[in-house]
Amino acid sequence: MLKTLVNNFALNLQADVLVIGGGPAGTWAAWSAMSGGARVVLVDKGYCGTSGCAAASGNGVWYVPPEAEARENAMASRESLGGFLANRSWMKRVLDQTFTNVNLLADWGYPFPTDDQGKPYRRSLQGPEYMRLMRRQIQRAGVKILDHSPALELLVDEEGKVAGATGINRQTSEKWRVISGATIIATGGCAFLSKALGCNILTGDGYLMAAEAGAEMSGMEFSNAYGISPAFSSVTKTLFYNWATFTYEDGTPIPGAGSQRGRSVIAETLLQQPVYAILDQASEEMRSSMRLAQPNFFLPFDRARIDPFTQRFRITLRLEGTVRGTGGIRIIDETCAASVPGLYAAGDAATRELICGGFTGGGSHNAAWAISSGYWAGNSAAEYALNLGQQANQLRVRGVGEAALQPKAENASSPNINEFIQAVQTEVFPYNRNYFRTEKGLSDSLSRLDNLWQIIRDTQIEDSQLIRAREAAAMVATARWMYNSALERKETRGMHKHQDYPQQDANQQHYLISGGLDQVWVKTQPFSNTNKSLLTTGAAA
Amino acid sequence: MIELVSASRCIQCNLCVNVCPTNVFDAVPDAPPTIARQSDCQTCFMCELYCPVDALYVAPDTELQTSVNEAELAEAGLLGSYRKNIGWGKKQTSSAKTDQTFQVLKQMK
Repeated sequence: MLKTLVNNFALNLQADVLVIGGGPAGTWAAWSAMSGGARVVLVDKGYCGTSGCAAASGNGVWYVPPEAEARENAMASRESLGGFLANRSWMKRVLDQTFTNVNLLADWGYPFPTDDQGKPYRRSLQGPEYMRLMRRQIQRAGVKILDHSPALELLVDEEGKVAGATGINRQTSEKWRVISGATIIATGGCAFLSKALGCNILTGDGYLMAAEAGAEMSGMEFSNAYGISPAFSSVTKTLFYNWATFTYEDGTPIPGAGSQRGRSVIAETLLQQPVYAILDQASEEMRSSMRLAQPNFFLPFDRARIDPFTQRFRITLRLEGTVRGTGGIRIIDETCAASVPGLYAAGDAATRELICGGFTGGGSHNAAWAISSGYWAGNSAAEYALNLGQQANQLRVRGVGEAALQPKAENASSPNINEFIQAVQTEVFPYNRNYFRTEKGLSDSLSRLDNLWQIIRDTQIEDSQLIRAREAAAMVATARWMYNSALERKETRGMHKHQDYPQQDANQQHYLISGGLDQVWVKTQPFSNTNKSLLTTGAAA
Repeated sequence: MIELVSASRCIQCNLCVNVCPTNVFDAVPDAPPTIARQSDCQTCFMCELYCPVDALYVAPDTELQTSVNEAELAEAGLLGSYRKNIGWGKKQTSSAKTDQTFQVLKQMK
């Protein structure tokens, strides 16, 4: 077990700032911390440059030039969709920081296109190109990158401040430890291994580690994002379905079905029968633009020899959970600090309610949030760590990981991890459980999820299964915060659709904070359209 | 899912082993890498982009295995087709430069 191997780390490093996760948020955080004079180590479960949902996709970015009307429209356009939980001062600072940083990408050599008036167009990023550039940029800045090195647990010092992490290199099986003055969680959200494009690396690991150190979540009820994809494929790119006709098997259009606001009709229909789509609403001229905008949308079709403009194909909705939901680790102030000293959160791992309330899609706001929250977290973590001075290097630390790492009671038999994961998926995938929520459905799922938590909590896992078992534990923990929060929000708001309470309730325009592992708790936090609300920290109930 | 590591094309650089985000491949001394954990493949196509010799093929089906024939894939121009589409690799122009998202968004309903 990892616990007993304190003196047996193949790699034992000290850093000012440890960044966990190498997607957009993690790389921006690493760059920013390095620019702030910190020594930075970045660990990635996969490969920094290809892992995470941004790398595999084309990404829209919430990039709006600083013109009063354009900014006003950008802020107003999604407020109602998000259930009026977005905070305008956060939106403003994200728009400012994103504008500055995306322009930096151009200076670093990202090949932005020009629009039909010959002006640079910076609202879209091709994932592979973007993330290859970010990796190169942080390497040049001097960040030490450990690829294929999932973190397994956080370390805390004697005062409970987060002071690094330990993990394992999954290709060499060697264990690593990084002791750091500050730690940034940028591990993305949780899509429950649904095989949505680029999302399988995202299993909620950062939430679990943060919660074990005492951090809180926010907005976990906004966790039922489903992306449209061809039934056979992983490619959940929903934008182009704006030009789709959705039909039953016999080719008759499904009334009310649509990609943006009619997705629940698609989900309802899928509960009964197959749904087909055809992109027959796109003009001839549009079709070539679409190919040039999102080449990877067409890749599976070309390989399956389907012309999506003229041939219909079966579709499905793949769960993207909290990746395109808006919940995550609660942020307590403008530095992107979590509610435990020494810990910061950025990107999809952190709550995005601050800028989009209870609803988001792929890219856009999330991409802007990754860039700006990563930048702020890196900057603040560097400052915090450098202020600790030598103290940070002499810390006496201990690991706080529990589930699958340090069982409370030892079960005689280990669970089959794959079956265990399927059991979690059975509670979160079905549309009539997660997309459309009821008190009965949520409560039934929770009783089974609580039981699954006990199992993974109390089991001694052999080393070869440790990484997958920690992912499984993170998925159960995430599902329990999701469904407990969903039970507490007795209304329909943002993406949270509660069948028993189909209307939005003006008295519930508040945030829901959650946390806890063996005992999950949920409490309300007042919404106010200023930053002050963020500063009222409360002790865990 | 990943279905092919072409033994005739592979130069054993093991870049795919390094870059696969879900650690599907295993390096093998003096041989092409093996597809060691196929069911972990998330069908993200990233390995194909980084393969310098177009030796890999990721079938579009994300759940089911597909039987593939290397000669047919090569004949159909599918080996390396994604790299070509996005202009990835030496001496190619990135299609990020010709991204027409602005045209698409103009037509949004």
